[in-house]
Amino acid sequence: METPDRAIVVEGLERSFGEVLAVQGVDLEVEEGEIYGFLGPNGAGKTTTVRMLTTLLLPTGGSATVAGHDVAREARAVRASIGVALQEAALDPLMTGRELIRLQATLQGLPGGEGRRRADDLLERVDLADAADRRVGTYSGGMQRRLDLAAALVHEPRVLFLDEPTTGLDPVSRKTIWEEVRALNDEGTTVFLTTQYLEEADQLADNVGIIDRGRIVAEGTPESLKAEVGNPHIQLQLAEGSIAEAEEVCARVGKLLPPRDARTVLVEVENGAADIPRAVRALDEAGIAVESLELVRPTLDDVFVNKTGHHIEKGKTGEDEGEGADREPVEA
Amino acid sequence: MSELAKNARVVRALGMRSIRQTFRRPQLMAPILVFPTLLLAIQTGGAGSAVDLPGFPPVQGFLQFMLAGAMMQSLMLAGNSGGIALAVDIEMGFTDRLFSAPIPRFTIVLGRLAGTAALGLLASLWFLAIGLIFGAEIHSGVLAALIAVFLVTSTAMAVGAIGAAIALRTGSASVVQGLFPLVLVVLFLSSAFFPNDLMIQPAKTIAEYNPLSFVVEGIRGPIISPVDATEELEAVAAIAGIVALGLLLSARALRHRLRVG
Repeated sequence: METPDRAIVVEGLERSFGEVLAVQGVDLEVEEGEIYGFLGPNGAGKTTTVRMLTTLLLPTGGSATVAGHDVAREARAVRASIGVALQEAALDPLMTGRELIRLQATLQGLPGGEGRRRADDLLERVDLADAADRRVGTYSGGMQRRLDLAAALVHEPRVLFLDEPTTGLDPVSRKTIWEEVRALNDEGTTVFLTTQYLEEADQLADNVGIIDRGRIVAEGTPESLKAEVGNPHIQLQLAEGSIAEAEEVCARVGKLLPPRDARTVLVEVENGAADIPRAVRALDEAGIAVESLELVRPTLDDVFVNKTGHHIEKGKTGEDEGEGADREPVEA
Repeated sequence: MSELAKNARVVRALGMRSIRQTFRRPQLMAPILVFPTLLLAIQTGGAGSAVDLPGFPPVQGFLQFMLAGAMMQSLMLAGNSGGIALAVDIEMGFTDRLFSAPIPRFTIVLGRLAGTAALGLLASLWFLAIGLIFGAEIHSGVLAALIAVFLVTSTAMAVGAIGAAIALRTGSASVVQGLFPLVLVVLFLSSAFFPNDLMIQPAKTIAEYNPLSFVVEGIRGPIISPVDATEELEAVAAIAGIVALGLLLSARALRHRLRVG
């Protein structure tokens, strides 16, 4: 089935391991040139889905095409069109970075000279030129991920699969990978990115599919998904004075939400940050002293909680709901 | 570039990686050259008078007799090491890199076997050199050396195919490593280290039918006596049998691995 404007088309994809149905009828579409964030907690079925889309695992039901080729019937054509960087950077610690990229070039059928040139260019691109002749086992986690990414790019793939590319990385390394992913996407590469990090999906993805227990529970742009949950709200902490008076003033700016405690006012606003100046002016005119004020936006975790009843990131429970919220602090 | 040439390039590249991997990991290299060399030295030094036993084949010295056994031990452990290295690749996810490349999947196994064969070649040259340095006579000269190189290299590949099959099936380096004693048992139940005529039952019968005995005799024959075509054909047939079994098991194990992911 040729679908030139769709890089990935998945219909009713299933995979079972004995009695366990790891992926249960996943449907999704990824357009050419977009970054698709596949978000879900550990064990949700992200990696199993990616392994099927990259032809490493045969589906037990449904169908999928990648770059216009069926993953089950035209596996080799799929493999020629994709780059893959899997969750555990699949690197040989005894090889040097340069050897690995050159081997990858050979695997992708690049002639020797071109393979060597591509290897040099890519090592330069991911800032590993100086470490190219060191064994991979001596690389830091961030360097290994960058090398894995470079290897996946050696044949300039149409579709790039990144399975949790920043898991376990420090913030600086994570940012470096994000910048590289954005740059690749700007050059026209379609990126299918699995992640368990909300911020990663929010920052990078044009569209997000949220998977839980083998099923897609929500799909759309990060903004549209968050908008489904509700408007942002202003959360203000009073320095002194009565909460009743503050609530009366804030009710003119937006819709009051039940207060969390005796010193905090929550007001839902329609225009987000644009409503903050109005709130500040109204409070100032009423002579109410505010200790802090912040705009709290719904997050993808709120979307996940809304759809599944539990949080996406490890260590969060229903009781600490709101901690994953995306806050914009404003000094009062 | 034709499909065949492309595949040959892939096999060569994977074979080169396999050789580099062995040289860079001492625990893979040691069983291939160090252990058999030590065993050869100990046996030759300690049991040299065995050649005087009635029924022992006529040889110039015990080292001349033992060279084939040392080569067999080396190639068997090379096959086992190749299996361990493949299992390590599976454990660390490196095979996913290979399986997600647009290459026929049999080239992945052939690449590994090419590396094992190269190590077999190295082992045969190493022990021929040791034999010559320490005074062993190579009775049929260059032809004996060429036959030894051919048989050792091809047997290494055949045994490597069985190692690869076990690695693909189990995906566990410790399981493949656990076969190390079994490899030695199979080898000791052949004529690698002792003439078949001097063995007692049931080892004698087992050794008589052990395919490795045919290979050993095929290597040893031209070293200690004139070339016997029948002996060499039996060795080639035994290797062909091991190759066929190894490739069949590897193909099935590869299909299994791709099915279970």
